[in-house]
Amino acid sequence: MKPLNEMTLSFDSHSSNEGFARSAVAAFLTQLDPTIGELNDIRTAVSEAVTNCIVHAYPHTIGKITLTVRIEQDFQITIKVRDTGCGIEDIAKAMEPLYTTSPSEERAGLGFAVMNSFTDSVTVRSRPGKGTTVILKKRLIQRVRHG
Amino acid sequence: MKNKIDFRDGTMTVCLQGEIDHHSAKKTRELIDSLIQQQKPSALQLDFSGVSFMDSSGIGLIMGRYRMMALYGGTVRVVHIPEALSKIMYLSGLGALHILETKGEAYETAE
Repeated sequence: MKPLNEMTLSFDSHSSNEGFARSAVAAFLTQLDPTIGELNDIRTAVSEAVTNCIVHAYPHTIGKITLTVRIEQDFQITIKVRDTGCGIEDIAKAMEPLYTTSPSEERAGLGFAVMNSFTDSVTVRSRPGKGTTVILKKRLIQRVRHG
Repeated sequence: MKNKIDFRDGTMTVCLQGEIDHHSAKKTRELIDSLIQQQKPSALQLDFSGVSFMDSSGIGLIMGRYRMMALYGGTVRVVHIPEALSKIMYLSGLGALHILETKGEAYETAE
C-alpha cells in the first residue's frame, strides 16, 4: 500500500543519537495529533530498536542506521529500523524476554519485550553478517481530528 | 542530565533527571556506583519524579543497583514514579521485588 506520508533518516550508530532518533519519529508523527500515551509508546519502542543496533549490530564499530516512518491509511504507522551490522543468528532466542548477550553492559534483555508491548506488531528480518531490519507497526486510536 | 544527590540517616537519595536511555544510563550508573562504594549507604532511594522518559535501560539501571546494594546488605526503593513510566516499570517484573512506589504507596505485584 502506498503510504500517505513517509520520511527516512540515516544516522551514525553513536549512542548520543538514541534521543535524536526517538524525538525525530515523535516530531514527524505530531501531524496525526497522537495522544501523549501513544507518542510515549512509539518513542520507547524506537529507542529500544535503535539501541539494539548501537549495542548489538555494531558492537565495535560505528555504522549507519536507517529509520523509515510511514503514515498509512486509518492512522496506521509503520516504522522500519535497519542496520547493516552483524545480524542475529537466532531471532527467536534474541526475542526471548531476559535473554541478553551483553550482561556486563547491564542490558536487561527486555528490548524486544518492550517493543512487543508498546506496539501492535514487531517483525524481525536478519541475516548474519548482512544486517537486521526491525519493523514496528502501530495503529493510532481514531478520533475526530481538527483541520 | 543533572542528578541531585542527598544523604540522610544512612539513606542515599538520587533524584534522577531527564531521559534515561542506554546513552545516559552509563554515566548515571558510574556516578551512583562510585557513591555507593564510597559512602556505603544502608538504603538507596531512586527518585523518578524528574524523569520524563525511560526505556529498558532504566530497568537495567534499577536491577543493577538492586544487586549492588544487596551485596552490601542494603535496600533499594524506587519512588515518585510518573504515570508515563508505570507501564514499563510493571512490564519489567520489578513489581515482584516490592521496591516500586508511586507516592509512598507501594505497587503490588500484578497477579
